[in-house]
Amino acid sequence: MTAAEWTAVMLSLRVASVGALASLPFAIAVAYALARGRFYGKTALDVIVHLPLVMPPVVTGWLLLIGFGRNGPLGEFFERVFGLVFAFRWTGAALAAGVMGFPLMVRAIRLSLDSVDRKLEQAAATLGAGPLRIFATVTLPLAFPGVFAGLILGFAKAIGEFGATITFVANIPGQTQTLATAIYDTTQDPDGGASTWRLTAIAIAIAVIALTASEALARGFWGRAR
Amino acid sequence: MIEIRVKRTFGATMIEADIVTPAQALALVGASGGGKTTLLNMVAGLETPEAGFIAIGGTVLFDSELGLNLPPRKRRIGYVFQEPRLFPHYTVAGNLRYGASLAPPGDALIGFDELVAWLGIRPLLDRRPAKLSGGEKQRVAIGRALLSRPRALLLDEPLSALDPARREDIMRLIGELIDRFRLPMILVSHRLDEVDRLAETSAQVEPGRTVTLAGLS
Repeated sequence: MTAAEWTAVMLSLRVASVGALASLPFAIAVAYALARGRFYGKTALDVIVHLPLVMPPVVTGWLLLIGFGRNGPLGEFFERVFGLVFAFRWTGAALAAGVMGFPLMVRAIRLSLDSVDRKLEQAAATLGAGPLRIFATVTLPLAFPGVFAGLILGFAKAIGEFGATITFVANIPGQTQTLATAIYDTTQDPDGGASTWRLTAIAIAIAVIALTASEALARGFWGRAR
Repeated sequence: MIEIRVKRTFGATMIEADIVTPAQALALVGASGGGKTTLLNMVAGLETPEAGFIAIGGTVLFDSELGLNLPPRKRRIGYVFQEPRLFPHYTVAGNLRYGASLAPPGDALIGFDELVAWLGIRPLLDRRPAKLSGGEKQRVAIGRALLSRPRALLLDEPLSALDPARREDIMRLIGELIDRFRLPMILVSHRLDEVDRLAETSAQVEPGRTVTLAGLS
């Protein structure tokens, strides 16, 4: 493997890990609101959350550029308050990956929350537990397989993300070039056949390892719980 | 003192109770579907009456006139459900400690080790609820409720899913519980032999009829 290929692989793993992990708390909060909440605008929230799943990824990338670019309202805010720049940086690739994987995470976590027996939550309440404690000690642990599945789905989606990433942060080797955008580059190069094969094999290997680990851990969790 | 004066309507069915009794152990009896569990749920705060008043041991839990409706976690009512509702992701010890961790500050009704010995569940402490028999689950559920230091106990058909030997075992345990802890207790049952043995007084629950009980029967 060349140094440039290795850099793209490592950057992809970093972008996907940060994107999935950073969006997980928000995904849990939104999934909980959608599963249990009764509030005005719930349908609108549901639609907004799922938009990245159905919109062309280029549109999502462009909207991210408008909002989180250095002159965008949110981009300007994050740079001023936290010193965090997204546009044309790996952090922007992580943001794009997180946004694109968000609907998949929310769906998996919501399904899992729906399957938690509400009677167990009631039992905890009669023992004296408040809502936050019930969530942390009963609801979330019982929904863990779905939360974990959501995390893996978000990670897998992030590894394969292309359209929003290239629109938002371009394809700069060593800066924002991920596995997917690197493969795209090699396919445009008449001499890039071998490189394409190597990167494709790595992409497949990462996907297989992630999905196998997810299945094994979920089985292990339920094996202990039952 | 147990005081339950409530009214609630479900479609065409109305549940109305007017129970005031100084008895420590009250039984609600009647056929299935009559509203016994609904009354317990209203005492625990899991269901809300349309109107009425609920007080146990001098503490008002619900008063529609004052707009008072304590949430379940503030009622401190130990509820042993018909299906024991143990947390499947904790061991037996974890379930018991969950109850203990929520007890308000002050003297415990009973220590952890003493409770485990009394209920005879020491060999089960490391097991998950799925590996327990029906009687063992009921013992753990009773223990978990007691460790949360409740001000009263609700027992919803605690013997219904048990074979005769285990029923006798748990019935003896509940009898000891009443004598030992002197907690106000409401027991739901449809079996008169259980009621005669465990409760000081009983009220008949039938759909569409007001459950009435005043003083000792």
